[in-house]
Amino acid sequence: MSQSIPSQRQSTQYRSRLLQPETERSADTHPLTWRLRDDGEAVWLDEYLRKDGYQSVRKALNEGDPQAVIANMKEANVRGRGGAGFSAGLKWSLTLQGGDMPRGYLICNADEMEPGTFKDRLLMEQQPHLLIEGMILGAYANNSFYGYIFLRGEYVESARVLNRAIDEAREAGWLGPDINGSGFDFDIAVHTGAGRYICGEETALINSLEGKRANPRAKPPFPGQSGAWGKPSVVNNVETLCNVPAVILNGADWYQGLSGDRTKDGGTKLYGVSGPVEKPGLWELPMGTTGAEILERAGGMRDNRQLKAWLPGGASTGFLLPEHLDLPLDFDTVGKEGSRLGTGLLTVVPQEMSMVALMRNLEEFFARESCGWCTPCRDGLPWTVKLLQALEHGQGEEGDIELLDKLAADCGPGLTFCAHAPGAAMPLETALRHFRHEFEQGVGKPRGEAHEDPIPVGQV
Amino acid sequence: MAIIHVDGQDYEVNGAQNLLQACLSLGLDIPYFCWHPAMGSVGACRQCAVRQYKDEDDDKGSLVMSCMAPAADQTRISIEDEEAKAFRASVVEWLMINHPHDCPVCEEGGHCHLQDMTVMTGHDRRRYRFRKRTRRNQELGPFIAHEMNRCITCYRCVRFYNDYAGGTDLGAFGAKDNVYFGRYAEGTLESPFAGNLTEVCPTGVFTDKSHSEQYTRKWDLQFAPSVCHQCSMGCNISPGERYGSIRRIENRYHGEVNGYFLCDRGRFGYGYVNRSDRPLLPEWRQQPDEEPTTLEVDTALARITDTLRHSQRVIGIGSPRASLESNHQLRELVGADNFSTGIEAREQACLALMDDLQRTTGLHTPTPRQIENHDAILVLGEDPVQSAGRLGLNMRQAALSRREAMGEKIGIPAWNAEALKTLGQDVYHPLHIAWPTATELDDVATRYPLAPEEIARLGFAVAHIIDPAAPVVDNLDPATRDTAQRIADDLMAAERPLVVSGGSLVSDSVLQAAGNIAQALARRARQGGLVLIRREANSTGLSLMGGQTLDWAMDELTEGRADAVVVLENDLYQRLPAQRVDQALARADIRVVLDHQRTATLARASFTLPAASFAEGDGTLVNLEGRAQRFFQVYEPGYLRPEARIHESWRWLHALAAGLRREDATDVNLDEITAACAEAHPALTGMVEAAPGAGYRIEGLRLAREPHRYSGRTAMRANLSVSEPRPPQDEDTPFAFSMEGYSGFDHPRQQVAFAWAPGWNSPQAWNKFTDEVGGHLSGGDPGIRLIHRQPGHRDYSLRIPAAATAENTLRALVLPSLFGGDETSARAEPIQQRMATPVVILCHIDAEALDVHHGDTLVLGDSPAMTVHEQDDWPTGWAGLPAGLLPGLAQGEALTLSKTTGGEP
Repeated sequence: MSQSIPSQRQSTQYRSRLLQPETERSADTHPLTWRLRDDGEAVWLDEYLRKDGYQSVRKALNEGDPQAVIANMKEANVRGRGGAGFSAGLKWSLTLQGGDMPRGYLICNADEMEPGTFKDRLLMEQQPHLLIEGMILGAYANNSFYGYIFLRGEYVESARVLNRAIDEAREAGWLGPDINGSGFDFDIAVHTGAGRYICGEETALINSLEGKRANPRAKPPFPGQSGAWGKPSVVNNVETLCNVPAVILNGADWYQGLSGDRTKDGGTKLYGVSGPVEKPGLWELPMGTTGAEILERAGGMRDNRQLKAWLPGGASTGFLLPEHLDLPLDFDTVGKEGSRLGTGLLTVVPQEMSMVALMRNLEEFFARESCGWCTPCRDGLPWTVKLLQALEHGQGEEGDIELLDKLAADCGPGLTFCAHAPGAAMPLETALRHFRHEFEQGVGKPRGEAHEDPIPVGQV
Repeated sequence: MAIIHVDGQDYEVNGAQNLLQACLSLGLDIPYFCWHPAMGSVGACRQCAVRQYKDEDDDKGSLVMSCMAPAADQTRISIEDEEAKAFRASVVEWLMINHPHDCPVCEEGGHCHLQDMTVMTGHDRRRYRFRKRTRRNQELGPFIAHEMNRCITCYRCVRFYNDYAGGTDLGAFGAKDNVYFGRYAEGTLESPFAGNLTEVCPTGVFTDKSHSEQYTRKWDLQFAPSVCHQCSMGCNISPGERYGSIRRIENRYHGEVNGYFLCDRGRFGYGYVNRSDRPLLPEWRQQPDEEPTTLEVDTALARITDTLRHSQRVIGIGSPRASLESNHQLRELVGADNFSTGIEAREQACLALMDDLQRTTGLHTPTPRQIENHDAILVLGEDPVQSAGRLGLNMRQAALSRREAMGEKIGIPAWNAEALKTLGQDVYHPLHIAWPTATELDDVATRYPLAPEEIARLGFAVAHIIDPAAPVVDNLDPATRDTAQRIADDLMAAERPLVVSGGSLVSDSVLQAAGNIAQALARRARQGGLVLIRREANSTGLSLMGGQTLDWAMDELTEGRADAVVVLENDLYQRLPAQRVDQALARADIRVVLDHQRTATLARASFTLPAASFAEGDGTLVNLEGRAQRFFQVYEPGYLRPEARIHESWRWLHALAAGLRREDATDVNLDEITAACAEAHPALTGMVEAAPGAGYRIEGLRLAREPHRYSGRTAMRANLSVSEPRPPQDEDTPFAFSMEGYSGFDHPRQQVAFAWAPGWNSPQAWNKFTDEVGGHLSGGDPGIRLIHRQPGHRDYSLRIPAAATAENTLRALVLPSLFGGDETSARAEPIQQRMATPVVILCHIDAEALDVHHGDTLVLGDSPAMTVHEQDDWPTGWAGLPAGLLPGLAQGEALTLSKTTGGEP
């Protein structure tokens, strides 16, 4: 680890920063980040072109076979980096195209709002052209006629960089009509969101993009059948799209090889750590890197604290324990442990932190960010918040923990309209499983009658 | 058809439906909220969870929302699965978290879907011990009360109001557990279909304000199957009565006419029945200006028959707002030669033409429900929402149904509502409307703001393009030619083109043009349709019965060829200029008026007989389809007001006829009159079959008008006498004025006074009375069609009006008006609050000629001041005036408008 990279905590203004020096990164091993500069400045078009930029677009458009792009992506098995891990190639292969089907949209999900997640902004702030390049390939493969980057509203720096890069790309003929003489037209606009977590759900994102309430849509039909404005649309995460150029340029086998024998998932992953560690930050590492290795890169726990638990990929993933640190962090392995890889950015919980308070905090977030469409999420999550508040204050009653169990179970996958409530239920369910005694300490009363002693709003 | 397996039983179901609808249609109870049979599925409430198994070998399965799962062949589900039941209990528990425990004071109580579903899922203990969320309510105008604390966030209100009915001023605001359904600011809900919110809302957020002031629980109301009298649509309604007044109107499900929805005129326009100034006793007036004296029935009948007997000739003036039976009895009383329909001559000619076109153009008239399946519509000279309320909703669904066709191509089922909305966006089936001013359908239509003659010329031009054998329109300007081409192209490209026209413009040429288009289409596409809108509830019926025009009757009187007149439920001043009516009535020595309202005509009567409104009487109406439908008496006015002498007009007229023959007025019943009417008029023969006769019984029982929980019967009359009299006996119908009698759903029947089934108290109980949910009544939808397509040949009409030339006269263009344009509902208070302020629409040129600007006021003679509304594309030479504003004003009448000077009007 180079000393030239200042510690995150020493900088006055937060900047997304990769904690790997240029010397460690190469085109062969770090497809996402090898072009990034140690000084953290954005890689603009000239530099990007010098570093093989837009070569994949040139290649794909020259070959003139969109289906081959899809086949490559499928073979490389690039799994959705937004957290769901769905094969991007498979998603693309299901997009309706041809016949009298209208050309639709390629939408980049840049609404990075998962608590504890800060990877997409790095790519957008420092290497905007990689995303644009990936979007051109995605659009080409899916026959999309326009692209939107649905950007988290608070990411003003990303917006500034992306817009400048889009202008550069358009100026240079990488966007707009007849890209690089191929006859393929495509352009991109940046749409900044108004700030709702649910906009990261791809169909809620589309509704929001259309100017509607950000409620998710029922699936099927999937966006590939009827997406934005009813046209076939593809929504991919920033990191997913940023993987595409290297896959097209170097091939699926190379991509698969990046992760070695750690996992059957190919490629690299932007992993990161937040919480009380020495060096919170981001690293591009082979897919399947263990939690222990990542934590080591982060310098271990700060001030000799003990690790109690960790979330592998954002607030909507389940808690893992120190004993899970040696597992390879890929989609399937983490899934088998009752959690999800999610975004791959670890949140660590030190021994002295109250799981009840932590869960109350998380559930407040999820309850607040519910779109209000389906009942379990809209009315179930606020109840968990109230119960957790009560437990936190020692006001819990007998039966409250069982009620939380039931609420978490009732918010599980398939029971709610989208994945928001299951995302809220997973940390709750795992916290109750692993740290039940902490919750039990909050039960201070026998079961009372409802409204026997009404509790003022805002207190409990 | 598909076979599904539910809890081990095999059932045959409609595979195009979702599992929820299929199961409800089988009579299996699954609780639900956000789903509605007319509005499809959205999967929001999660209440209808069931367990679904992959196949025979799958014993694990997973919970699915039955509303979002297709009822595909070989689907295996369990409703009774313990985990599914537990999850459904959780859902209702969540919904009840913030719901107030105000059922005892909530107006929804007793017909509340939320109550029913809560009981069904077994939730009866509150575990949520924290404080509830509370909200502010909004003032939403004279029709709808708002109580947001009760909201369970099912989204049905906005889905109905915006997606189904095209409203724009009700929305969902906020997020998480604080979604607010209301207007962005307080104010009257603008949609003319807002009243349906009271039934669409599964709980008490939106309730009927007209009911609120005289509130009665559903189980304490007395009902009868009735038919709305406020336009020609013939929507089936279920009026509820308590203590001798109508307390509310609810939709009565009819699979072909109104489905689940009514317009606000029909729902809130009943107040005229309850007016305190209604005539209750026969009255007599020696001189026109005298205060009347009341008479006993026998005295009144004797005096009237005496005087009539001494008159030389009696003219009878019928009414298109009275039943066929009453009109027929009047005709019997005065003789066919002396019978007038009470309809103004030009309107009557239009009505006759409409009957003829329905028979001869070769296109059949679809039912309102069938309209929704038409894939291109041309409306020629009508504003359907204003003239036929509910019909506009059907036409909107036709335009929206393009989505279903698009969805079919990529496998989105017709019930997946939000997905279809997404797919369809703003793409609609073509809907062309030739009408001079804005309509409620404009957001899904292309409208051509033309004057009446130009509308006709456009129509003739369309017909000629479709079939070159139809006459050519001379001197057609290029713009109209292009429009005609566009319309014709759309109609010809459609599988089921529909032509809609009607009598609103009172224009022979517009109707002839519509007829030519229909005929031209009939030669190409047999699946096309023709819908012709009449003005009043029984306009079609009166036209089929026939009779002289009102103008003829006025002439007969004015010219002294008759000296007595009997007017049936008709305010002649609404139809002809006051001067003309005054003149005619002044010449009649005897003026007998039967009505339930104190009209200007009734004020001129020498004898008044208090007639029954739809609420106190039975009879038959014919709607715009040509469907004869029976409405049944809701309550007996004399039971609670013994002084009242209200009877059906046909009963009064029967007694008068007997008196004239010097016979005792033996009692007569409805069936006899109906049969006599059917026999006398070949076109009406089928009307007997419109509903079962008085002898109809189910399991040997009469049909109950009152729910079995009806309370207070023995006490409700105690202020008059502590001994309870025998309940009134109904010799006219199979219904009893009692909770005793059949009120179940297991025996298929057409005539359902109120929908109730065990566990189903809300309007959703209609699910139990239909062959499949959202289908037809299990005993068949009520009514019988009297007008049929006839084989034969119609010659194309050649009556093409000449192109308009510049004239200096300003002519009246009377615009149908949902609120105020109908004589009786305009007398109901909430409707009066919704009537537009007096307005006159002018184009800029005409406004300039009158030296007025937008917002100035004009008067016509001694009319109320009318605010000038300048409309850029309004046709020159016409002044647009809402119907009902200037009674007796004829369509196309030349007007001399003058500017009001100084001060407030």
